[in-house]
Amino acid sequence: MGRYIVKRLLWMIPIVLGVAILVFTLMTFCPGDPAEIILGSTATEENLEAMREELGLNDPYLVRLGTFLKDTFLRFDLGDSWITGASIAASIKERLPRTLTLSIVMMLISFGIGVPLGIIAAVHQNGWQDNLCMIMALVGISIPSFWLALLLILLFSVKLNWLPAMGIGGLEYYILPAMAGCTGGIAASARQTRSSMLDVIRADYITTARAKGVPEGKVIFKHALKNGMIPIITVMGTHFGKHLGGTMVIETIFGIPGMGQMIISAVNNRDYPVVQIGSVFLAIAFSFCMLGVDLMYAAVDPRIKARYAGKGRKKVKSHG
Amino acid sequence: MAETAARAKTVQKRKSNSEFARIMHQMSKNKLAMAGLTIFLIELAAVLLAPVIIPYDYTLMDMTAIQQGPSMKHIFGTDELGRDIFSRVLYGGRYSITMGLVSVMISTTVGMSIGAVAGYFGGRVDNIIMRSLDIIQSLPAMLLTIVISAALGSGYLNTILALSVNGLPASARMLRANMMKERDSEYIEAAVSINCSRFRIIASHLIPNSLSANIVQATMAVANMIVMAASLSFIGLGVQPPIPEWGAMLSGARQFIRQCPHMVIAPGGAIAVTILALNLMGDGLRDALDPKLKR
Repeated sequence: MGRYIVKRLLWMIPIVLGVAILVFTLMTFCPGDPAEIILGSTATEENLEAMREELGLNDPYLVRLGTFLKDTFLRFDLGDSWITGASIAASIKERLPRTLTLSIVMMLISFGIGVPLGIIAAVHQNGWQDNLCMIMALVGISIPSFWLALLLILLFSVKLNWLPAMGIGGLEYYILPAMAGCTGGIAASARQTRSSMLDVIRADYITTARAKGVPEGKVIFKHALKNGMIPIITVMGTHFGKHLGGTMVIETIFGIPGMGQMIISAVNNRDYPVVQIGSVFLAIAFSFCMLGVDLMYAAVDPRIKARYAGKGRKKVKSHG
Repeated sequence: MAETAARAKTVQKRKSNSEFARIMHQMSKNKLAMAGLTIFLIELAAVLLAPVIIPYDYTLMDMTAIQQGPSMKHIFGTDELGRDIFSRVLYGGRYSITMGLVSVMISTTVGMSIGAVAGYFGGRVDNIIMRSLDIIQSLPAMLLTIVISAALGSGYLNTILALSVNGLPASARMLRANMMKERDSEYIEAAVSINCSRFRIIASHLIPNSLSANIVQATMAVANMIVMAASLSFIGLGVQPPIPEWGAMLSGARQFIRQCPHMVIAPGGAIAVTILALNLMGDGLRDALDPKLKR
């Protein structure tokens, strides 16, 4: 198991490098002259030229890429924002926790509400509870989160005046963003839970468990849910990525100074270093979460654990 | 004589038993899926026939009727420039739905070709392709789309391109996984033994037999892409105003949310209804294709 974790952590290095190169390359293709954006349209040609020289924009692509990678990954110098001149490392230190907290809270709520809903639906398959849950879930995945955010602001801030619409502060500032962001997650995990529970409930060992008189609650939670968990975890894993991306838009709407808001405003201001570093950090956060998901597989499924533990032993291929 | 008639009958019967007919039959029994299909077709027709249906030109500004709430004259009300929101929503549907469909078509075709190559050849080719896809997928989807559309610049075609890149890994992976399952089957062995060309094996044996999961995925992806496109336009990338794309309309309406909520409700509602219809269809299709539920 330890070996596996180390292997996965090592594997993250080329992935993160790849992301850095990808984002850097995309940013160099961006239209517009950064020097002109920084100095404004009134700047003289000499000033512009001096600025380009200072930013290293006159160097060939590979040299700039090399400098960027060396600064970021070897010297851990994340550089400064072109627009505000503020240190990127400082602003990430301030913003990353907010984004991660928001995404993790969203994921916990999605999981905490979605899975029970899915279980209820599966246990009462085709009953009214099932229909109700599934219709709610279907509506939930169909409402775009940024529109839901606007509707929530409209209802709770404008009409009822219960909750703040913008900014950060106490807990009450996070209620609306979390609600807007997690609806899709609740719906997706409810649907996935229902379908994987239904797959499992039809299995022979569930019939056996019932036949030998195991209480129904134990059958559902101990036998069925535990076996149906893998696809649910997969959905949650992919949804975490969605939440990380989704929070970008949510943060912009609710004026939460997090990573997403930073990256989006940097994209609009052509503040490339911020976009590059911000993306790399989000990718790292994302990779760690995916690693967490894979480790959870092992925790839930002894078969997978056995595969990790067996040193490089190949899975026996089955036919038919 | 009787024999030929009987044979003709079996041929006919076999025809109506084709995979496609079976799936359609399965789906037509699913009321929700049919409801989704109906909503989507009505919407598609409304959007295509927009020039005939709309009561006002969608660019027409009526300064005497600014930000009016819904009424008989303007069923969805008017926006800050006195334009009829109903007309704009219909025209916006042209952009939003086209972006969804085209980007899925591109990402599915290209993604499946990549997945097919990886799945068939395996080994080093597979490794290189899958690791590159890993890199693309280790950025959250929304972030990737934002970065690509920042690099390409905003605009209709560039947004489609950005969305397509985003969808590549998922469809490539899906096809690859299913192809790897199919690759070891007997009929592929048979095809190899009668000296079928590689291209033929991939194109006419492996892909058709591994396709069904990709079809379901593509249906669901259209919904996803429409939302992504709208989000992009909403945050100021993607399609720019005055083009009446739904996300762009919402982005413009956002600042007036206190005074005139109807400006926010109409375009977002259009997105939600479209996504709901597509999801209903996708669910129905998935159930119809699910081998466990066959007959």
